[in-house]
Amino acid sequence: MSTAVAHANTEEHHHHKESFISKYVFSMDHKMISKQFLITGIIMGLIGMGMSIAFRLQLAYPDTSFPILEWLFGSKWAPDGKLDAGYYMALVTMHGTIMVFYVLTAGLSGTFANLLLPLQIGARDMASPFMNMLSYWFFFLSSIVLLSSLFVETGPASGGWTIYPPLSALPKAMPGSGMGMTLWLVAIILFIASSLLGGINYISTVLNMRTKGMSMTRLPLTVWALFLTAVLGLLSFPVLLGGGLLLLFDRGFGTSFYLSDIYLGSAGALEHTGGSPVLFQHLFWFLGHPEVYIIIMPALGITSEVIAINSRKPIFGYTAMVISLLGIAFLSFIVWGHHMFITGMNPLLGAVFLVTTLIIAVPSAVKTFNYLATLWRGNIRFTNAMMFAIGLVSFFISGGLTGIFLGNATLDIQLHDTYFVVGHFHIVMGCAAIFGMLAGIYHWFPKMFGRMMNKPLGYLHFWLTFISAYLVFFPMHFIGLAGVPRRYYAFTLLPEYGVWADVNVLMTLAAILGGIAQLLFIYNFFSSIFIGKKASQNPWQANTLEWTTPVERIHGNWPGEIPTVYRWAYDYSNPAYEEDFKMQNVPDEGQDVELFETKKQSVLSTNDESVVENTNFFDLIRNWFKPRTA
Amino acid sequence: MSTQTIPKSRTWGGGNSPFNVSYGKLMMWVFLLSDAFTFSSLLIGYGAIRYSNPSTPIEQIESLDLGFGENIQEKFAAPGVDAHHGEHFIPALRELTVFSEHQWPSPDLVFNHFPFAHGLHLPLIFVSLMTLILILSSVTMVLGVEAGQRGDEKAVSKWMLYTIIGGFMFLGCQAWEWTNFITAGATPWANPYGPPSFAALFFLVTGFHGFHVFSGVVLNIIVYINNLKGTYAKRGHYEMVEKVGLYWHFVDLVWVFVFTFFYLI
Repeated sequence: MSTAVAHANTEEHHHHKESFISKYVFSMDHKMISKQFLITGIIMGLIGMGMSIAFRLQLAYPDTSFPILEWLFGSKWAPDGKLDAGYYMALVTMHGTIMVFYVLTAGLSGTFANLLLPLQIGARDMASPFMNMLSYWFFFLSSIVLLSSLFVETGPASGGWTIYPPLSALPKAMPGSGMGMTLWLVAIILFIASSLLGGINYISTVLNMRTKGMSMTRLPLTVWALFLTAVLGLLSFPVLLGGGLLLLFDRGFGTSFYLSDIYLGSAGALEHTGGSPVLFQHLFWFLGHPEVYIIIMPALGITSEVIAINSRKPIFGYTAMVISLLGIAFLSFIVWGHHMFITGMNPLLGAVFLVTTLIIAVPSAVKTFNYLATLWRGNIRFTNAMMFAIGLVSFFISGGLTGIFLGNATLDIQLHDTYFVVGHFHIVMGCAAIFGMLAGIYHWFPKMFGRMMNKPLGYLHFWLTFISAYLVFFPMHFIGLAGVPRRYYAFTLLPEYGVWADVNVLMTLAAILGGIAQLLFIYNFFSSIFIGKKASQNPWQANTLEWTTPVERIHGNWPGEIPTVYRWAYDYSNPAYEEDFKMQNVPDEGQDVELFETKKQSVLSTNDESVVENTNFFDLIRNWFKPRTA
Repeated sequence: MSTQTIPKSRTWGGGNSPFNVSYGKLMMWVFLLSDAFTFSSLLIGYGAIRYSNPSTPIEQIESLDLGFGENIQEKFAAPGVDAHHGEHFIPALRELTVFSEHQWPSPDLVFNHFPFAHGLHLPLIFVSLMTLILILSSVTMVLGVEAGQRGDEKAVSKWMLYTIIGGFMFLGCQAWEWTNFITAGATPWANPYGPPSFAALFFLVTGFHGFHVFSGVVLNIIVYINNLKGTYAKRGHYEMVEKVGLYWHFVDLVWVFVFTFFYLI
């Protein structure tokens, strides 16, 4: 048909000439969407980091006036250059929310799932590029809504990123419980929509769109990690959605799901009966715990890839790595109670959660030992990415060990809500995940932008970040053991904590150093996009399929046919080959292509199926259940 | 087409879909899995609050001696009062502390109304009718999917239309039930039958399910119109019908759980 030909022609034409809007704004190309996620994530990360420096200044110098704070936050929230106590809580809340959801969930898995899934499994794009685009724009809208809550009159949400009721359920409980809290909930609901659209897409892409020969056991570990991350998000975010709906009802429609007849000093008892704030904690942490693995698993996947490539060795224990990822993914759903040991939970239930929590140490240790065994006697290339990957392993060990402390209910009763907890999770999921993300950025920057990042600046960035991160978070364990509680605006009225004032100064100075180091990275990142050295096609001599695509960004990833895969992703330093790497799409001599002849799609062809006569109702039902064979 | 049996290793070997489904259908399955968790969270919230309240003792219900189809408004009206006007059943049962803040009401005593049968005690009859309508609409959906697989455009239209009508009937029934519940004095923060949480949970969960039914009807209408326009006949397959079918059956399945938890337990 001539119309069909004409249509095909316009499509061809369309691919060559993209308008600015369709190329950079409402792009449906997974590579561009990954850049959008990354740059939004970086901006959110800068905002979140700036907030942390602001409240660290307050902790270190509670009596000093910083005019810059007044300039930044206005005289309402920082009168005379000192943070308002309520605004301190708001900053802590927003810092947590931004870092956990916007940087380390969307910024990390959004970036790398979009970039790597189609490229590493050999697909032209995501299963549904349109939904992929929607996923980014929901995320963007969600970021805007969250940031807009900084500018409402009563200030942003300030009950902590875990938004426990009653502070979050009673709009009049404190200034931050009002409009700011509502905007927080709206932002998170948009975020869940984004994560759902993304997750559905990632899962379908990995299951359905692998190229010939790319069996599940040949997948690079990044793909496994991102795939399981998507599964975790898909199953845990809806529970937060349910919990958030109940919270919205409590706030707006006078229900009492999370409220009981609490007695408030001035207002008397509330007219609420029958609810329980502990219900919210259960629903929240059913998301909240898988969420920390949603954050760390992509980082672990990136590390597996980077460490194997730069050690020039196959990853140690590929199967064990996959099984431990599966184990972590499963266990993460049955440990949420360890966040609630002091809520008055049944001690027997606490013991159950204690056991499941400590079992997670096993797959985590498997991963750590496998990283070390991969490094062992490897021909290590200390690229920027490799430094950050090794940094991740370091943080994962030091943060993981304190996790064993906190997983014990008896110790947790002492340590709960102290700086020990803050130190623990910042090291194990904050720093480790950020290091994984940075490793990924340094490693795949040539793939994203076709240029290399500045290497000396990268080393400087690494060492400053690494040192400052340990200097900020390691001392927190000691002051936490001494009993210093978290989420306190100032300790000036609590003289027993006065001895720790100098430590607070040290941590704040280290935090500022860390902030400056990130500015180096920002400069390196944005300048390299334009003036970086041009990258070659496979700068790290890696095996995976993304390095078989041309350096220039093209729609559809491969100019010709999609490559067929003949081996796993980790054929490094195999003595059978001359070079120390063998790409996945290179066959051995005489390797049988026929091996990968697979059955043809038979789903969509209904034409040649035997036509069932429309006889009667029961025949129709019977035919429906009959196994369909031709 | 001939499909020979293929070893598992090749099914998962890449280059094809391991479940032999298109990506769109796979996405629908994955979405439904996720949605199942949303409903589970709401139902678990329901369970937590439901079982923090004691049930209505069975002896108390039996002592009311309610006959099936008996006119309870007349039975519980004070002597000399016109039983046809005003509400007599709820105040009387509050008086007897069958309905009280301290115990979860028995659904048999709450959902015992039926249109045009004012005052008669017909426990769960109306909600059973609603359930039947929804299940029948699932049957017509199955028949529509089956017609699509045969490529029978006219039959697809017919069955989709029946499914849409079934969906609207269900929504209408739900509207009637809500109206009835609200006119009795129930709001998200107050409930004449017992603890306010009962009403709050009822509105939340059946409302959330009703929202799903409504979206399903909208999807069905879109598919119905597309089919009338011949979009699927031109495309050569009716997979869209199968996809909305999956969604519709899921909504039906969720209703079975909602029905069990709210009305039967």
